[in-house]
Amino acid sequence: MIAASWPRAEPNDERLLHVDPRGGQIVDAHLRDLPRLLSPGDVLVVNDAATLPASLPVEGSGAEVRLVMRLGGDRAWRAVLFGPGDFRTPTENRPLPPLFDVGARLRFADDLEATISAVDTDEPRLVDLRFSSDGAALWSSLYRHGKPIQYAYVHEPLRLFDVQTRFAARPWALEMPSAGRPLSWSVLAELRRRGVAIAAITHAAGISSTGSASLDRRLPMRERYAIDDAAVATIRAATARGGRVVAVGTTVVRALESSALEHDGELAAADGEATLLIGPGFRPRVVDAILSGMHPPGTSHFALLGAFASSPFLASALEHAEREGYLEHEFGDSMLIGAPKDS
Amino acid sequence: MDLIGKAALVTGGSRGLGAALARRLAARGANVVIVGRHLEPLESVEREINGSGGHAFALAADIGEKSAIHPLAFAAAALVGPIDVLVHNASALGPTPLRLLLDTECEDLSHVLDVNLVGPFRLTKIVAGSMALRGSGTVVHVSSDAAVAAYPTWGAYSVSKAAQDHLARLWAAELGEHGVRSFSVDPGEMNTRLHADAIPDADPAALEDPSRVAERIVAMIEAGDRIPNGARLEAASWKGTS
Repeated sequence: MIAASWPRAEPNDERLLHVDPRGGQIVDAHLRDLPRLLSPGDVLVVNDAATLPASLPVEGSGAEVRLVMRLGGDRAWRAVLFGPGDFRTPTENRPLPPLFDVGARLRFADDLEATISAVDTDEPRLVDLRFSSDGAALWSSLYRHGKPIQYAYVHEPLRLFDVQTRFAARPWALEMPSAGRPLSWSVLAELRRRGVAIAAITHAAGISSTGSASLDRRLPMRERYAIDDAAVATIRAATARGGRVVAVGTTVVRALESSALEHDGELAAADGEATLLIGPGFRPRVVDAILSGMHPPGTSHFALLGAFASSPFLASALEHAEREGYLEHEFGDSMLIGAPKDS
Repeated sequence: MDLIGKAALVTGGSRGLGAALARRLAARGANVVIVGRHLEPLESVEREINGSGGHAFALAADIGEKSAIHPLAFAAAALVGPIDVLVHNASALGPTPLRLLLDTECEDLSHVLDVNLVGPFRLTKIVAGSMALRGSGTVVHVSSDAAVAAYPTWGAYSVSKAAQDHLARLWAAELGEHGVRSFSVDPGEMNTRLHADAIPDADPAALEDPSRVAERIVAMIEAGDRIPNGARLEAASWKGTS
């Protein structure tokens, strides 16, 4: 499938493949059709994490740091190091970075420095670092010098606003929670008018690729999430009236199912870390359907979709999408996987 | 709206009405991000608020700069959480002494519109999506009687404030169904630097103290739906809603 190489102007015109695993149907539609594909009583659950400028150039060495996980407070983060170059070089072709010892100082700019506090024993590119400032000073500097993480199939540098959803709130995501990107407010308002509830959770969407097969096997890492009482009440009310819970993106599935797993199968308000790996054979307890981007087989995103439809059926849906010219990756087209309410 | 624990952002917060609004919001229990072009005066307001038991954070940003707005909105959310109360108080008058429209450079009009209209639009556009999702939030636009009356020489400022008043009504018309409130408020003539820049020979004793005006505007925010969504209010004649 061809990768979308840049954000498109009109999200409502982007394509949406409706995949109904129970009826065995694969139907072409557009994002603007989403309100008629959901039913009154359903709840759409979005991830409201804003995307951080998580890529920082290290002065002097040409290396790049990509933040991959907040460890605690504002200052402490886990990060992956990349060798000289930038997003234009595919991550797997990037030269190895210089290796740093514990205690080494990384200077990003006059007003932004960090110290390496730990180096992973198996993967020396994976380090823990501690910024020298915190609070308003740290966040101002991070936003001044950081750039969004991006990959070689997007040819031009992305601006911070290119990687935000239209309801982004807390800056927790290391990469864009991209399933929510094409949701315009005209579609969200129409959903609400038709009786579809909308709930928000926050999940720190992690990075998709490090360029190293062994490091990629450790993805997704632990991802911080928060589900508040209002979201739990909205989701429970939908379930109680027979509505479906439609997760926008794999991050929402991970957050909701992690919460259920930790609370005896019941969704509960939580401020935790998602460690759950979801794939074929996993039986979701909370989520009935998923709105997702197009993700190729072999990725952790694709594996997660296996919880909602059989792998052969998903593969045939993706073959159809490829034939019909759908685009993949974070600026690409979407798929809704789930059976209609009453079928 | 009960302000205890709520997240507020006030632009133009280094002095005058903006600083007074930040102090008052903090005194009512909100966690406040104060924004201005220069960090030093902001940090003095921040220290003062934090020293009296409030919670304030200073972020330097120029509201007229397109590239400043996303970093500002999300750095603010990192510090205080998703914004519940957004106060557009920063204002540019344009060149002073104020001048006739025929003597106004087009670039000066553009700059005033960038600070007083386009910047607030950009910032609300980022913040109000999350408000609409959560079903609550208030956006306040600090206006002027120059938005209504056509005073000679106030052209650029006047046009920007008239448009901002209408922007406040439009946000209310579009976001009311999602529980988001928006209003504009004419603070009246206050003893501030902006007023002194515009009318240098005014008698300061005849002007209202910004802290008194800030109390009334914060009470308007707290009044919630007792004020019609999209209203244009006047601080001087406001008597409360009860």
